[in-house]
Amino acid sequence: MGGEAADEAVWGAGVSTVAPPPPTAPPPAPAPARRSARDSSASWRWTDRLGLAFAWFLGLTFLAVTAAIVIYMMVQGIRYVRPELFVTHPAAGVTERESGGFLDPLLGTVIVALMAMAIAFPLGLSIGVWLSEFGRPSWLARVTESTIEMLAGSPSIVFALFGTLIFEQGALAFLSRTNDGVVYGRSFFAAAAMLSLIALPLIVANVREGLQAIPGHVREASYAVGKTRIATTRRVLLPAARPSVVTGAMLGVGRIIGDTAIIVILLGATLRFTEAGDVPLLGTLKGTGSTLTTFVYANAPTGEINQPEKAFAAGFVLLSMVLALNFAVDVAARRGRRWS
Amino acid sequence: MSTATPPPVRRLPLTGTDAQVIEPAEQPTVVMPAGGAVPGAPSFVSAPRRKIGSSPLAVDRMHVEQLSIAYGSKLAVKEVSLPIRQGEVLALIGPSGCGKTTLLRSLNRLTELTKTASMKGRILLDGEDIATLEPTALRRRVTMVFQQPNPFPMSVFDNVAYVLREQASRRPRKAALQGAVRSALERAGLYDEVAGDLAHPALRLSGGQQQRLCIARALAADPEVLLLDEPCSALDPASTQRIEELIVALREQVAVVIVTHNLQQAYRIADRVGFMYLGELVEFGPAEQVFGSPREARTKEYVSGGFG
Repeated sequence: MGGEAADEAVWGAGVSTVAPPPPTAPPPAPAPARRSARDSSASWRWTDRLGLAFAWFLGLTFLAVTAAIVIYMMVQGIRYVRPELFVTHPAAGVTERESGGFLDPLLGTVIVALMAMAIAFPLGLSIGVWLSEFGRPSWLARVTESTIEMLAGSPSIVFALFGTLIFEQGALAFLSRTNDGVVYGRSFFAAAAMLSLIALPLIVANVREGLQAIPGHVREASYAVGKTRIATTRRVLLPAARPSVVTGAMLGVGRIIGDTAIIVILLGATLRFTEAGDVPLLGTLKGTGSTLTTFVYANAPTGEINQPEKAFAAGFVLLSMVLALNFAVDVAARRGRRWS
Repeated sequence: MSTATPPPVRRLPLTGTDAQVIEPAEQPTVVMPAGGAVPGAPSFVSAPRRKIGSSPLAVDRMHVEQLSIAYGSKLAVKEVSLPIRQGEVLALIGPSGCGKTTLLRSLNRLTELTKTASMKGRILLDGEDIATLEPTALRRRVTMVFQQPNPFPMSVFDNVAYVLREQASRRPRKAALQGAVRSALERAGLYDEVAGDLAHPALRLSGGQQQRLCIARALAADPEVLLLDEPCSALDPASTQRIEELIVALREQVAVVIVTHNLQQAYRIADRVGFMYLGELVEFGPAEQVFGSPREARTKEYVSGGFG
């Protein structure tokens, strides 16, 4: 294609703003980009060469630390993980043999991720589209933007505390267990609602950046054949921004399954699912449970159950899930198409 | 399927035959102008053109009357008046920032997308003031092709079908649109190249094919006026030649307005040329006259490469 210029916008690349919790993809060594082998640092001033060496040192150190964590977790995980752990309920016990598997925490992780994304994805997509394509009145757009940024910067334990205030209200009693008129306020509903808040900023930011990376003339080309703003967004812009939308969603899932504070406070972190009421599925969702993060927390050597082998096995599963998500994000970002 | 065809537009039949039947465009002829080199004119004035003179069947479609457009307090177009005719290619030339693209964009009210833009004067399309028309309806009658080839991220077929369908609708279905899509691709001279695989992603076509797809898209709405904003500036010479031939052939069916920085291109394809400078329409007339014997000193200086 003759018209391709060097400065073409690569679609969906480089849209992730916040790294997912566990360090995964090793960052490239932050050396200045070299045009060719000829552009050697030998001709640089010695201060610049020292800086370059320092940058390489830091980059390689960080890479080594990251690799060490991942490799250690993998080795430990593979040593302790066994197929039956995936299908056995956890149990209270003092030895590794008595304490069962992590079926409930694994299911819990999947359930909170699905529920929280069911809230965060449509909301984040709508907010991202509105900010990028409409954004009127502009004061409201500015307020929305800073609110989203504030959410992105808040520790999840704050959301968890706030969640207890909200879900212990009598009006929301139908979302959790009630004993003698006291609303317990802990359930999958409560945890998912608050977890959606930590995924929301990632989705909004990625949707918005994906849309804003689309050249203005593409929008105008759609307006110029008589299409409305909504039709353009629906049929041209969102399909074009799909890699970013997928990236945002997957980074959001990564944040959700990696969060511990909200699960401890709002899901109860009970070893097994504890139903509230007799309705099969609703009872589970109104009840308490745990996820892999709180399972690791409880089984770590400092935790109350203290079964380190279980903790390593569960940690391995959690890390594998997050690594798989990151890989999927990479693939999604690379599949982006481009305009010259 | 009433939605399969674009909303009816008032078409002025140029020939005695049914205007809906579009004959395959004749290859434009390359003709040497008579008389040889004109003294004092730029060197390309005696070069071959893609056709002779203006079409005798030119019909007025649009009238720009005393049009001024300002961005904030900066005046981009100053009291410009000119006719736009079907059967002719009108080229707008001038140095960067002279207001020619703004003038072009005002013809289908794309300038309104810029918040600070304000407009004075009138633009008439077949006698109707375009300010009184629904923008979406106007933009189907006056469509536009941009500088960068910008097919939508979908298949070749869907790029054209998108224009034929109602707003964001997915209906009518493919089968009902086959004919209309094919006709648009044929008019843009792209059908033979993509006929085998209309499901091919449009963004994987070559630059020249992408631009012809954009022209097909603009033609699919069955417009009365086709606006082209430097359509060849991102293309290689071979693609440029194909598109120039296409533009010359299209002027029979639609009024064509092209903005270009390339004076040779304007000379090759335009019947009429408007030279703009600092927002004013300095000179407007037949291409031979504007390039061969410009009345204004500024025009003469510009076309002979003095500035810009």
